[in-house]
Amino acid sequence: MTVLNVNEKAYEIDASKDMPLLWALRDLLGLTGTKFGCGVAQCGACTVHLDGEAVRSCVTKIERAVGKRITTIEGLSPDSDHPLQKAWIEFDVPQCGYCQSGQIMSAAVLLRENPTPTDQDIDDAMAGNICRCGTYLRIRAAIHQAAKMQREGKKS
Amino acid sequence: MNRRNFIQSGALFAGGLLISFKIPTAKKMAALGEAKAGVPFSPNAFLNIGTDNSITVVLSHVEMGQGIWTTLPMLIAEELDVSLDQITVKHGGADKIFDHTLYGVQITGGSSTTWSEFDRYRNAGATARTLLTQAASKRSGIPIQDCKTENGTVTAGERKFTYGELAADAALLPVPENIPLRNKADWKYIGKSIKRLDAKVKTNGEAIFGMDIQFPGLLTAIVVHPPVFGGKVKSFNDSNSKAVSGVRQVVKIPTGIAIIADHYYAAQQGKKALQVIWESSSNAGLSTIKQTAAYKKLAATNGQTVQEKGDAGAGLLKSVKTLKAEYVFPYLAHAPMEPLNCTVKLEKDSCEIWTGTQIPTTDQAAAAKILGLAPEKIKINVPFLGGGFGRRATPTSDFVSEAVHIAKACGKPVKLVWSREDDIRGGFYRPFVVHNVTTGLDQNGMPTAWKHNIVGQSIMKGAANVLGELKTPIDDTSVEGVKGSPYLTSIPDHFVGLHTTKELIPVLWFRSVGYTHTAYVMETMMDELAHNAGSDPVEYRRGFFKEHPRHLAALDLVAEKGNWKEALPAGRFKGVAVAESFGSYVASIAEVSISNGQVKVHKIDCAIDCGLAVNPEGVKAQVESGIIFGLTMALYGEISIKDGKVQQNNFYDYKIGRIHESPEINVYIVDSDDKMGGVGECSVPPTAPAIANAIFAATGKRVYNLPLMNHQLLAKK
Ligand code: FES
Ligand code: FES
Repeated sequence: MTVLNVNEKAYEIDASKDMPLLWALRDLLGLTGTKFGCGVAQCGACTVHLDGEAVRSCVTKIERAVGKRITTIEGLSPDSDHPLQKAWIEFDVPQCGYCQSGQIMSAAVLLRENPTPTDQDIDDAMAGNICRCGTYLRIRAAIHQAAKMQREGKKS
Repeated sequence: MNRRNFIQSGALFAGGLLISFKIPTAKKMAALGEAKAGVPFSPNAFLNIGTDNSITVVLSHVEMGQGIWTTLPMLIAEELDVSLDQITVKHGGADKIFDHTLYGVQITGGSSTTWSEFDRYRNAGATARTLLTQAASKRSGIPIQDCKTENGTVTAGERKFTYGELAADAALLPVPENIPLRNKADWKYIGKSIKRLDAKVKTNGEAIFGMDIQFPGLLTAIVVHPPVFGGKVKSFNDSNSKAVSGVRQVVKIPTGIAIIADHYYAAQQGKKALQVIWESSSNAGLSTIKQTAAYKKLAATNGQTVQEKGDAGAGLLKSVKTLKAEYVFPYLAHAPMEPLNCTVKLEKDSCEIWTGTQIPTTDQAAAAKILGLAPEKIKINVPFLGGGFGRRATPTSDFVSEAVHIAKACGKPVKLVWSREDDIRGGFYRPFVVHNVTTGLDQNGMPTAWKHNIVGQSIMKGAANVLGELKTPIDDTSVEGVKGSPYLTSIPDHFVGLHTTKELIPVLWFRSVGYTHTAYVMETMMDELAHNAGSDPVEYRRGFFKEHPRHLAALDLVAEKGNWKEALPAGRFKGVAVAESFGSYVASIAEVSISNGQVKVHKIDCAIDCGLAVNPEGVKAQVESGIIFGLTMALYGEISIKDGKVQQNNFYDYKIGRIHESPEINVYIVDSDDKMGGVGECSVPPTAPAIANAIFAATGKRVYNLPLMNHQLLAKK
């Protein structure tokens, strides 16, 4: 038995230590917000946080995640009220929506580490996330907006 | 449209609870009567109003990113007098009721949802409002003209009823006819930018896609497909696969070998361990190099006549100068973000399917045939689609059929999941196409003769079960955009021909279909002609648009907003293109620079005339999306074949444009009362040619084959 700590809950799973975290989350724990897009660290749809760092869960073996805090889109905020989630809605970012969990999880790390990202910072942080619907410009705008919300929220 | 056709009945349900429209048969009525009080019974109407004040809009079309989850409810809300936050939205399943108002089959495609449902959904809302008002009038004794609807309520004199309170009464009233629809001046929602109703669930992990279907006992299947199209299994050894922990079964199916396991990872391990010997396929000799040579040879000869005027051959002989060009376009994979998948649960004499599909009834028929069941025994549930772009509208129902075969073979509920490699290598591509064009010019550089031959596979020949048999030997999807081009009609001697080829590689409609290549050819060719004539490319095109006001309006708007006439800073270059597709008119200006042999696209200005823009922000989002799609196609799109095998595998060698490659995009909507056209696909066609024309401005060289990554570009000194 392996214990995974996901979104502040401990789960016991029975799986080989080589299993990618993506499939443990999706197929064993039923947390389907994290998406499968390529399986080879090319698209970012599967992005989750391990102790606050963005990782591609499709190439992260569960043994690497043991003992770490795993955060998925379902655990990003208590009421879908992370500034990024609010900004995503305000800017009509999602189209098909399939890539957006991964986009938001990547952006969340950027925003934590860099409260005032430039376009270049955003491009650098987000270049690993593909959106086949081409929502990139809205993603960029929404990250700026979320950064602003975050700064203003902290002031008050 | 005859409104009688779609509103056949109001209906009373157990407990007298729901209004619904378009309930097709008495038999269904009886079945619906068993529905539980207050619970929406069966998704076969456009609108349900529950006694609990729930308002459910049921979509005839599916949401795959294009925003129809928002636009169709807007149409209902406009007439029903409810706010959008009162509405719950869901997909209809497979049902004749949801047949396309024009195409006569249930399909989401052709950029047609909004215009084709504009009347039907408004009528559904207006009918409900009228019935509810009548019910309020009866209840209160206040004359109908003094009853006012607002925000899900009817005010009748002193009394105010919620729609839920009136739903049961309204359901008993006869359905009125010829209800007038709201005037444009009174619209509250239509024409306003409304935020997406599906945005929240798509930002918190709640949105359910086909891939996310789970229930106890559901197994996951992966299929080992032949390495060459048309390949067949000769023999296989599954003992190592079956030894993998979690693998349950290995079964042979018509399209390969399926590994069925507890979860994806086990299935993937089982797939790696499988040993298969394939029979050689007649396709094993195919290569892109050979195909290019063969198609070019064909393109140099006249194909079957698509369009002809005068005598193109004689016209060319008479002309002062001729310009020739040969264009090559590769196969393209749609690569929707959500890999293809389908969940099947078989019962003794029925079957339930969950899959993201653009053609539910077609898939239903395919499943029924495989199972030997009547189509109505197959229930199709459609979750959100993680992108479609045409790939989820396969006339052969390829992945749905495959999943049904697996479920049948293994006898357990199963979810088929294609890997990204399966998707990239699995065929159903935008066809490989070659164009050969010769234009003859007069002393002013104006075209007086035009000979144009196109070579490629037919998409529609494989789609007869969905859209009917072709009525002529010409598949319009191979030639649309050349056929009927406003440039050609004015040329006295012209000929357009088509050679339809046959290959084992399956082809399919791909976002903007034939226009993906025809707009490129026409718009780069016109640019060449303009430069040859020493004319400004916008002005040169304008000369052809005297009788094409919508082309002209889009072109003029983008030229104005995109400052066409203004010079760019050193090192920046621009190009223009304009194309009609799916009833809309789109013109784009691309601004580029060249470095390290590659193009960088800095900006795209784009103007669209789609007639009424029901949700302008939604239109803008789709135009942006199409531009990025067109950019990816131009820069990277290529599926190539060697020894019968697809050379690409995954996103590392089938590249998709990323955020740092995305240009600034400005979208301008032509203020237009003209006939409504499509949106979802229409900004794709002009994107690649606008970029190519800008590349010409930068390098002095024409690009005659895509993608651009295969070219070493050099800026003019
Ligand atoms: S699924 Fe992990 S990066 Fe694509
Ligand atoms: S919203 Fe569809 S892939 Fe990003």
